[in-house]
Amino acid sequence: MPRQPRPPATAIAVERATLSNGLRVVLAPDRSSPTVFVGAYYDVGFRSEPQGRAGFAHLFEHLMFQGSATLEKGLHDRLTTGNGGINNGSTRNDFTNYFELMPSNALEVALFLEADRMREIRLTPENLQNQIDVVKEEIRVNVHNQPYGGFPWLYLPMTLFETFPNAHDAYGDFADLDAATIEEVAEFFDRYYAPGNCVLTVAGDFDVTEAMQHVERHFGGIAAREVPPTVDAREPLPGRERRDARRDPHAPQPALAIGYRIPDPIRAFDEYAATVLCCQLLTGGEASRLHQRLLKTDRIASHVDGDVGLVAGTFEVRDPSMLQVQVFYPDGQGPDRILRAIDEEIERIAEGVDAAELDRFRNAYLADYLGGVDSLMQRGMLLAALEQQRGRAELLNELPGILTRIQPEDVAKVAAQWLTSDNRAVLELLPGAAG
Amino acid sequence: MKPLPSHVPSVGPARPIRVPTAAERKLRNGLRVLAIRRPTVPRVEIRLRMPAGLIHDGGQAARAWMLPETILTGTRSRSSVDIAQELQGLGAGLEAAADADDLVVSVGCLSASLERMLDLMAEVVTAPTFPADEVDVARDRVVQELIIGRSQPSVIARETWRAQLFGRHGYGRPMPAPETIARTGPAQIRRFHAERVLPRGSTLVLVGDIRPEQAVEAAAEAFRGWKGRPVTGATPAPTMSAPESILLVDRPGAVQTNIRLAGAALPRGHKDYFALTLANLVFGGYFSSRLVTNIRETKGYTYSPGSAVDHRRGASALVVGADVGTEVTAAALLEIRYELGRMAALEVDPDELDAARRYLAGVTSLSIQTQAGLAGYVDTLISCGLSLDYLRTFQPALQRITTHQILEISRKYLGPGKLLTVLVGDAGAIRAQAEAFGPVEVRNAP
Repeated sequence: MPRQPRPPATAIAVERATLSNGLRVVLAPDRSSPTVFVGAYYDVGFRSEPQGRAGFAHLFEHLMFQGSATLEKGLHDRLTTGNGGINNGSTRNDFTNYFELMPSNALEVALFLEADRMREIRLTPENLQNQIDVVKEEIRVNVHNQPYGGFPWLYLPMTLFETFPNAHDAYGDFADLDAATIEEVAEFFDRYYAPGNCVLTVAGDFDVTEAMQHVERHFGGIAAREVPPTVDAREPLPGRERRDARRDPHAPQPALAIGYRIPDPIRAFDEYAATVLCCQLLTGGEASRLHQRLLKTDRIASHVDGDVGLVAGTFEVRDPSMLQVQVFYPDGQGPDRILRAIDEEIERIAEGVDAAELDRFRNAYLADYLGGVDSLMQRGMLLAALEQQRGRAELLNELPGILTRIQPEDVAKVAAQWLTSDNRAVLELLPGAAG
Repeated sequence: MKPLPSHVPSVGPARPIRVPTAAERKLRNGLRVLAIRRPTVPRVEIRLRMPAGLIHDGGQAARAWMLPETILTGTRSRSSVDIAQELQGLGAGLEAAADADDLVVSVGCLSASLERMLDLMAEVVTAPTFPADEVDVARDRVVQELIIGRSQPSVIARETWRAQLFGRHGYGRPMPAPETIARTGPAQIRRFHAERVLPRGSTLVLVGDIRPEQAVEAAAEAFRGWKGRPVTGATPAPTMSAPESILLVDRPGAVQTNIRLAGAALPRGHKDYFALTLANLVFGGYFSSRLVTNIRETKGYTYSPGSAVDHRRGASALVVGADVGTEVTAAALLEIRYELGRMAALEVDPDELDAARRYLAGVTSLSIQTQAGLAGYVDTLISCGLSLDYLRTFQPALQRITTHQILEISRKYLGPGKLLTVLVGDAGAIRAQAEAFGPVEVRNAP
C-alpha cells in the first residue's frame, strides 16, 4: 500500500436544515472572531440565460440591490455598511450569489435583508436603466478599456465550447443589455429566485439554535414556488483542436491561452481531483514543469499560470469544467514553440509522475487551500456551492483527505487521456490594432 | 438623510474587538519580533518588513525594484529550484514585494513547519547570492511586466497623479524604464541588499496556530546571525502641491476616462487623522458614501468610484478615482467637485457620521478575522509606530469626532481647490469637455 499520511485539515462543524418552502440552510458556527457570513446562493448563472439575453443573469444580480419587498433602493447597502459590514454579489456559470459579511451582532439584519429580497424585488424603469449603465461601465473598465481585458476568462470558453450555455458572452452584449425589460426581470425572478432554488449559508460567530430561529422568522413565510430543473450544460468533447485569435488594441505584448476539457467535476470527482493536482504540477508556481521549462530552460515566455475551473472556482462548477493555461511572451515569436514545449511537458507527465514530486505539489496546494478557508467569506462561499451542487457542504473538511488519496498514476492518466491536442482550444491574443 | 425603517431588526452591542496578546522581543541585532496566537487553521502567517523600499534607492530605483524579484533565487547552498521545492515540502508560500518605503517578505505556511520555515526564510533573506543566470531570467520577466503594467490605464493614472503631487521627491518617481532594468545586474542588486537589508529597523510579525513565546524564540534563533545597521537619516517629507491646470494624458481610442483627483492627507497617528478618515468615508470611502450614491447609483456614470487615503512613511495622499464613460467625463468631474465642495461647505448629517463610524469599526473586525488579515494589520500598525492597543483606542477616538470637526477638516483637505486633477482618456473626445473646468495640459501616454 502506498503511504497515505493524514493531511492537515479543518474540522468545521456543518449543520443543515430545510424549511417547508424548500429553502436549504447550511450552518457552520465558528466563534473565534466576532464576525459572521450570510450567503444566499441561487441556482441560476450564465448557463441559465436565454439566447438573445447574454449577460442577463449578471445584470439581474445588480437589480437585486435596487430595492426589495419593504426596502427602497439604497437601504440594503446602508443597512449593511451602517452596521459595520460589507456586501456584494457575483454571477458565475452555475450560480448567482449574494452575501453579507458583518459583525456578529448584526446577523439578524443580514438574514432580514436576504429574506426581504427573496420575497420580492422592487424595480423602477429608472433604476433598471441606471444599472444597465453601471453594468456597461463595469464591462468597459474590465474588458473594453483594459489591456488583456476578458483574456482568457471571457473568451477562452467561447473557443473551447460550442453550445450557447457554455460559449456565449457571459458579461453581455450591449444590445442585449439595452433590450432588457421590467417584465423580463419579473419573469426571471419568478422562475429562478424561488426559496427552493436557494441555499442559504451562515458561517461564523452565532448560536445554531438562535440562528435557525432567525432564519425561520424571516424566511419561513416566503411562499414556496416551483423550482426550475438544474441546467444540464454537458456537451460532446471537441474531437479536434479548436483555434481562435483575437486582437487586443490596448495590449503591448502577445499572449496565449489553452483550455482543455476535463473530467466531470461531480460525477467523476476523483479524476477531477487528479486533474487539479496535474494542473499544479504543470503551473503551480516556481517549481512547476511549465515555469521551469518556459521561463527558465527555454526562456521563451515571461509568465505562465494555470487553473482548473471556469469563471467559477475549481470546486464551484458543474460539468463541463476546464483546465486552462495562459502564457505571456515577448512579441516577435509565434506561439508554436510554446505549444510544443507544453505538449512535451504534458507527455512527460503522462509517462509517469514521481511520488515525491506529487507529494510536494499536493502539500503546497493543501496549505493554500487551508489559507483560503481561514477566511469566513471564502469558507461560506465554498460551503454554499458544495451544498448546492453536491449536497455535501462537509466536503470543505474532506477535500484534503480526498486529494491525499490521489496517486501518481491517477495524475499521469489524466494527462494521457484528457490533456491532448484534440481535446483543447488554443486562443491567441494579438497585440495592437489590426494592421 | 432619511431615517431607517422601523421594521428592521434591531442590532445589539457588537462583541468588542479582542486585542490580541503578543509575545514580543527586540533581538540584540535590532530586529523586532512579535508573535500572536490565532489557531483558526493549522497555519502561520509571517511578515518581515525591512526599510529597503524604492525611496531608499537613487535614480529610477531599479535596484530596489529588482531586489524582491531576485532575493528568493538562490543562496550558497540552495538553487532557486531547491528553494521552491523546499517551500512546497513545508506547505509554504513565500513572496517578496517592495513598496515606496519597505521591502516586505510574506510567508504563509503550515504551522508544523514553522521552525524550518524561519531557518529557510533567514537564509534566503539575509544571504542571497543573486546568481547571474537567475537575475538574467528575472530581468527579462520584469521588463515584460513593466511593458504590460504601463499599458494599464489605472497604472498610467496612478503614476501621473503621484508625479504631479510629489514632484521631484522619490515618492513621485515613476516605475523604472525597461532599459534601466535591463542594465541592472547582480552586482548592483547585491550592493543595495548589503546597504539596506539589515536587522535594525526591521520587524517580524507571526500570527497563527503557534505558541507565541516559542515562535519568538525560534525566530530569535533563526535570525541570530543577521548583522548590521542601515545608514539612517530620515527621508525628507515631500512638498505636496496641487497644480490648478488639469493634466490630460492622451490614450487614443479609450472608451473611458480615468479621473483622479489627489491632494495631501494626514498620516496615521496625527491628532486629526480620525476626523479626516471619517470625512473621507462620508465623501467617497465606501459604498454608501455620497460620491458612490451620486455618480454610480443615481447617474450611472461609473462602476467603481471611490476615494481613499494612500499612506507612505513620509506623506499621505487623498485620492479620488472614477473610471467613467468618455461621453460623461465632464458631467462626472462636475459631480465629483460638487460632492467635494459640499463636504467643505456644509456640515454632514449626524446619521451619516454615525454610519461611517460603525462601518469603520465593523470592517476593522472583518479585516482581522483571518490569520493573514491580522498579520497584515499588525504589521501595518507597528510599521507606522502604533501599538496593538490601537485596536482598543480607535473606537472611542472615532466616537469623539463631531460634525463640526468633519467640516473643519474637509475645508482643509477636501475642498475641490485643494486637489489636483488628472484625466487619462481619449484627448480628441474629452479635451473640450475638460477645458470647461480650467486650463488643460495634454500629454501623450508613455
